[in-house]
Amino acid sequence: MISIQELERIASQVRRDIVRMVSGVASGHVGGPLGSADFLVALYFAIMRPDPKNFSMDGKNEDVFFLSNGHLSALFYSVLARYGYFEVQELATFRKLHSRLQGHPATAEGLPGIRISSGSLGQGLSVAIGAALAKRMNNDEHRVYCLLGDGELEEGQNWEAIMFAAGKKVDNLIAVVDYNGKQIDGPVDKVMPLGDLSAKFEAFGWKVLTMYGNDMAEVVDTIKKSHWFLGQGQPVVIIMTTHMGQGVDFMVDNHEWHGVAPTEEQTRNALAQLEATLGDY
Amino acid sequence: MKEYINSGSKDTRSGFGEGLLEAGRQNPDVVALCADLTGSLKMDAFEKQFPDRFVQVGIAEANMVGIAAGMTIGGKIPFTGTFANFATGRVYDQIRQSVAYSNKNVKICASHAGLTLGEDGATHQNLEDLGMMKMLPNMTVINPCDFNQTKAATLAVSRYNGPVYLRFGRPKWPNFTDPAATFEIGKALMMNPGSDVSIFATGHMVWIALEACKALGEMGVSAEVIDIHTIKPFDNEAVLASVMKTGCAVSAEEHMRNGGLGDSIAQLLAREFPAPMEMIAVNDTFGESGKPEELLKAYGLDTPNVVAAALKVIQRKKNSR
Repeated sequence: MISIQELERIASQVRRDIVRMVSGVASGHVGGPLGSADFLVALYFAIMRPDPKNFSMDGKNEDVFFLSNGHLSALFYSVLARYGYFEVQELATFRKLHSRLQGHPATAEGLPGIRISSGSLGQGLSVAIGAALAKRMNNDEHRVYCLLGDGELEEGQNWEAIMFAAGKKVDNLIAVVDYNGKQIDGPVDKVMPLGDLSAKFEAFGWKVLTMYGNDMAEVVDTIKKSHWFLGQGQPVVIIMTTHMGQGVDFMVDNHEWHGVAPTEEQTRNALAQLEATLGDY
Repeated sequence: MKEYINSGSKDTRSGFGEGLLEAGRQNPDVVALCADLTGSLKMDAFEKQFPDRFVQVGIAEANMVGIAAGMTIGGKIPFTGTFANFATGRVYDQIRQSVAYSNKNVKICASHAGLTLGEDGATHQNLEDLGMMKMLPNMTVINPCDFNQTKAATLAVSRYNGPVYLRFGRPKWPNFTDPAATFEIGKALMMNPGSDVSIFATGHMVWIALEACKALGEMGVSAEVIDIHTIKPFDNEAVLASVMKTGCAVSAEEHMRNGGLGDSIAQLLAREFPAPMEMIAVNDTFGESGKPEELLKAYGLDTPNVVAAALKVIQRKKNSR
């Protein structure tokens, strides 16, 4: 079993990768990826632990993960590469012409680890439900995870999916909402208040857990705890409070770091705060 | 001309329903999803036979498309069912990202296409669906002409791996193609060879084209009728070969002129073999309520209009010589 300390070391390298990838091409999203880094590292390295050398699109007999908020692509790619799906050197091609690492995740380029294109928001939870239904039909006991943004919940399709998953008792599904309270135009509470999100999920019939998503031990514990509630006729959501830009002091909790690339100086400053635990690509 | 006999009018959606049931029997991975239109889509037989492989999603088409895409991850072959309007325009981006760009093996099945859904009127008469769907990379677009062909097409797409848009209709319509025929995706079907004009038709309009062919024959005009049941991939060779022989073309479809079958033919002819052409289609206007036959007449999609278009292109061909 991998230690919390080791997971934190991986997360530090993943955060460096994110800053370097976005900075390297002067384009992309850095804030959300930094905030959700602990979660995705924990999910792949401590919880799902899929076999990266035998990636199959249909994901039979393994846990599968869907990134609905596809603009967290830099995080997704870094975790997939560090986990062993492809060479870390390929991270240098992020967002460049003919790269498998498209601006938003794509299946078209054949990158191992990606099972659906995402980026146009609001679609991932439906896809995750479909994968969960297929697993049920296949008598496959494995789980389906889906990461969503909080601002993304403004898309109506999510609420179709939330209604469906509870109504049809999709109980092999764990949705995780990155609740950082920020979106492009400002605080979520100003752009479009989500109200009492836990109460909303509960009212739809979901089991709701909450966690602080920037504490590795709490993340691992909460995901494990979420498994207890599966198989009981209702889907599970973890509302995960995070800090957008976590790990870089001048980015933390600032919505303006949603989708801008750091300058050279800012990049130096950011990297000075993030230890290269596994070696840069 | 070759004679086609209506073996008894049936709705094409019932052909879909029978095809889906048969596909379900042949392949345990075939699953069906419906957005509260199970009876209208004739999916009830499948639901009854395979309740564990049928997913009722309620009136939530966007979610349905996403769920279908997800079910392919797990090896399922999902057929989604709703009306053409809700199957395409309402969920274009979901189809674009989660199905077409992701290249998922989803069959988007759409009933009540075209004008002939009738009395429900323009809110339901999506006349842009073929255009929207054919513009999507990876998407195969199929619009069969009668009950038998729709059933065969449904079986064929269940065996084809990739995204498909399968379009059919509501009204009872002449059933005249060979029930034993196998459906070849992407292959135009020669209905009647002729030498003076090529009439390319799709969906319900194939029967109208055959009626027009008969009328033209009585006037001494030899019309070739070709059923373009697959809008994409387009059978360029068959269309070109026909127009090179006849020298002029008429297209006939229950769809907007922009983006439809005629548009595909015109693009091909402009590139390869410019020839006089007329398009029987709805021209940049919404539909309205009415009976199917009344609507086809009101929007210029009935037999006399196809005959007139054929005579017009033949005259243009002669004038240009």
